Amino acid sequence: MSLPAYNFAYLDEQTKRMIRRAVLKAIAIPGYQVPFASREMPMPYGWGTGGVQVTAAVIGPDDVLKVIDQGADDTTNAVSIRKFFAKTAGVKTTTATREATIIQTRHRIPETPLHVGQVLVYQVPIPEPLRFLEPRETETRRMHALTEYGLMHVKLYEDIARHGHIATTYAYPVKVDGRYVMDPSPTPKFDNPKMDQCPALQLFGAGREKRIYAIPPYTSVVSLDFEDFPFERYRHPGTCALCGATDTFLDEIVTDDAGGRMFVCSDTDYCETRRAAHSPPPLAGEGQGGGSAAGAAQEASPSLPLPSKRGREEQDLKAAEHD
Amino acid sequence: MSAAGKPLLTADNISKRYGRQVGCRDVSLTLHEGEVLAVVGESGSGKTTLLKLLSRQLAIDSGRLNYRMRDGAVRDLATMGDAEHRFLFRTDWGYVHQDAAQGLRMSVSAGANVGERLMALGARHYGTIRTTATDWLERVEIPAVRIDDTPVTYSGGMRQRLQIARNLVTSPRLVFMDEPTGGLDVTVQARLLDLIRGLVADLGLSAVIVTHDLAVARLLSHRIMVMKDGEVIETGLTDQVLDDPREPYTQLLASSILPV
Ligand SMILES: [Zn+2]
Repeated sequence: MSLPAYNFAYLDEQTKRMIRRAVLKAIAIPGYQVPFASREMPMPYGWGTGGVQVTAAVIGPDDVLKVIDQGADDTTNAVSIRKFFAKTAGVKTTTATREATIIQTRHRIPETPLHVGQVLVYQVPIPEPLRFLEPRETETRRMHALTEYGLMHVKLYEDIARHGHIATTYAYPVKVDGRYVMDPSPTPKFDNPKMDQCPALQLFGAGREKRIYAIPPYTSVVSLDFEDFPFERYRHPGTCALCGATDTFLDEIVTDDAGGRMFVCSDTDYCETRRAAHSPPPLAGEGQGGGSAAGAAQEASPSLPLPSKRGREEQDLKAAEHD
Repeated sequence: MSAAGKPLLTADNISKRYGRQVGCRDVSLTLHEGEVLAVVGESGSGKTTLLKLLSRQLAIDSGRLNYRMRDGAVRDLATMGDAEHRFLFRTDWGYVHQDAAQGLRMSVSAGANVGERLMALGARHYGTIRTTATDWLERVEIPAVRIDDTPVTYSGGMRQRLQIARNLVTSPRLVFMDEPTGGLDVTVQARLLDLIRGLVADLGLSAVIVTHDLAVARLLSHRIMVMKDGEVIETGLTDQVLDDPREPYTQLLASSILPV
């Protein structure tokens, strides 16, 4: 076999060192956007080249990689990135949150609590939370430098004035370590509380915008709000049609061409793990009959169609509007 | 005038050049609390440059520029740090642009435009911010029902009044105004001038108003400075200067307006 034409994890060592320096600086100044010389990757920008470069810079041969796209391990994007690293770095990959040492994600934080030693790498389209009202880069940098964050509350004020409540549901701004205001990338605000005091290291890579930022383990992450309109987590109020979970973030998916829809956990690994744990053992006798409420939902699940690709793509489109 | 009689803003021989061209040469002035100074002249006279120098949006080349802070300490504006200068601009100063679009956030509601300074200063109670914004809109004669509309939907006069409310919400002591009635219809101008005159008197504001319109100067200011080619050629009490100008140039300017 001929040697591959690329280095371990695709990027050359010099580039990886450059990215690692940016990552270290980002960890040292939680929430601060560190510029870096983003490289062309063999995939389009919309595919998370920022996250891929960060992962490439921090991954080692012993790492176990999980890649999720809106919570799912099985989308084209997630599968491609997983294969990319399996091929270029020869690392083990997994879909199990608990087993992974590095999790690259777009739009979600896993439902399974993260643990010490794990690294969560976010793919970020727009890193600058102030941009929507202040397009000038020189000005937003100055605002960060001088901790002038009144504009963030202007946005939340507008939400309440227009909708009667804070309608921002994705990319909900947070203050990190009491200092920098940060855009958590287009994750749902349901996930914001998971960032606070998280035992895992959180790294954010924006490829097109050439920025890296970080939240070190056990760092305070506070969602911005008003005293009389406090931050509220939001999930679609409902039950996962597959595993019966009532506390997870749900995706609405299309089940057929006749407009059939259902709600399922967006975190596919979490959902599958729950189903596996709650299913009756395969060799159990027919007379066992375990008739819990969850069991009833489980019994129905094998006949339910799997989330269709089309459903996922519609979700992608919806999310893209928030990007 | 303040009890102590100490000036709020003092300029000593401040100058600014743009390459070889003189923007402002050796301008000196003092402004006390509650005092309104009009700076008049034709375009190119240096009056707008002077306003930018006084508010430190442009750096002076030479001279001294002092401001008495709320705590009474007199500070050299030229050496003040960026953070403190910007803080001053959000709290103790206002700046009214001729083009309201430059002084407003056109894409957010009137309420948020007025509330922005409060939020920048740490206000975190939506209800209180909104109540304060409502009060200020009414004070500048904007119906409270328009609070959630963006200034894009406002008339020119309303935009200018909104810009004023946005500036005054933190009770600044000093407001800089650059042709505040420029480009508006005569009737709209008259209403705006009345409003500004009322607010300045009620709030005891100090103001530096740049205008080419001597009627504006006469209506709003206590003192006047006439500028030509970057220099002050005549200064004094507004009525005295306009009724009995000494300089031929001022006579020319004064003769081109109708008596107010
Ligand atoms: Zn589920």
